[in-house]
Amino acid sequence: MNTAKLKQFGEEQWRGKGDKINAELFVMTYGALVKQLWEDYEDIGAVNSALDRMGYGIGVRLIEEFLAKHSPGLAKCRVFAETADVVASVGFKVFLNASVGVSHITHDEYSLTLLDNPLNQFVALPDSAVEKGLLYSNILAGCVRGALEMVNMHTAVTFTEDELLGHQHTTINVKLLNYIDEHVPDDE
Amino acid sequence: MTFPLVHSLWILNKAGGLVYSRSFSDQLPGLNSNEQLVLAGTLHGVHAICSRISPITTSKCSGVQVLESDSFDLTIFLTRTGTKFVLITTPGHPATQALLSRVYEVYADTVMKNPFHIPEMPIRNEILDRTLDGFLRTPDFMTH
Repeated sequence: MNTAKLKQFGEEQWRGKGDKINAELFVMTYGALVKQLWEDYEDIGAVNSALDRMGYGIGVRLIEEFLAKHSPGLAKCRVFAETADVVASVGFKVFLNASVGVSHITHDEYSLTLLDNPLNQFVALPDSAVEKGLLYSNILAGCVRGALEMVNMHTAVTFTEDELLGHQHTTINVKLLNYIDEHVPDDE
Repeated sequence: MTFPLVHSLWILNKAGGLVYSRSFSDQLPGLNSNEQLVLAGTLHGVHAICSRISPITTSKCSGVQVLESDSFDLTIFLTRTGTKFVLITTPGHPATQALLSRVYEVYADTVMKNPFHIPEMPIRNEILDRTLDGFLRTPDFMTH
């Protein structure tokens, strides 16, 4: 399926199945969570990695819902690069109603650009957080990493740009480390 | 002609361990839990070996999908994440694939979204039990 078709598919899936919750409630709750983590850890690096870890936990579970409800009708991704459009146009659309663009696709790397990151609504980071580089939406990176890992792709997912840190876009870089092999062990 | 029934459902984790089993009819001989575990492990092994004898090497073979016998059918549904759903039904049950897709959706909603469930570990989940009973168990008046 090409990008335009996938976009339409994601749109249909988002409209169709699934319970929806109030976006404001969701982003406020998330904001409170990040604030609490910051107060508890007092170290930005630790907050970033805690968010990544939480996202990972969500991703490894959420992939099942994606596969069960939203992937029938989609062709199987044979190589890593083919996951880019599916993650962007279907995954982010269905679960976050976010529009995501894909760029710089190579065989082992691509960038996701969030045109409207819903988590950023109502958020302004204090100067100290900007200086130290708080990755406010790092949970999304963890989600993508967890989900791809469950379908046998070991990836490194990092925020390269964040609007909240003064960059022009919000960009997540997804890099393939290796495919996880599922071979039967050879006979002894 | 017998009415199509679902006898039981098993869920196997990635390593072939039986993490969930539930019976929906009283027509099955009771296997004790040890026998069930052995059978599930064997099924996992057979499935893995079968996916390697495929003559087509360009794409990965998905392994065994159905085992048929004259008294029951056993349908295996392998998800992309490696979990297997096994449905034991009367022979020629017409809707096994549809039922298995529905089971997978219920599993994603009830098991994976339960924060106290540890992936790959045995599933104890009342909501799952109840939901599955709702569409897999045949009402009593149809069997007697």
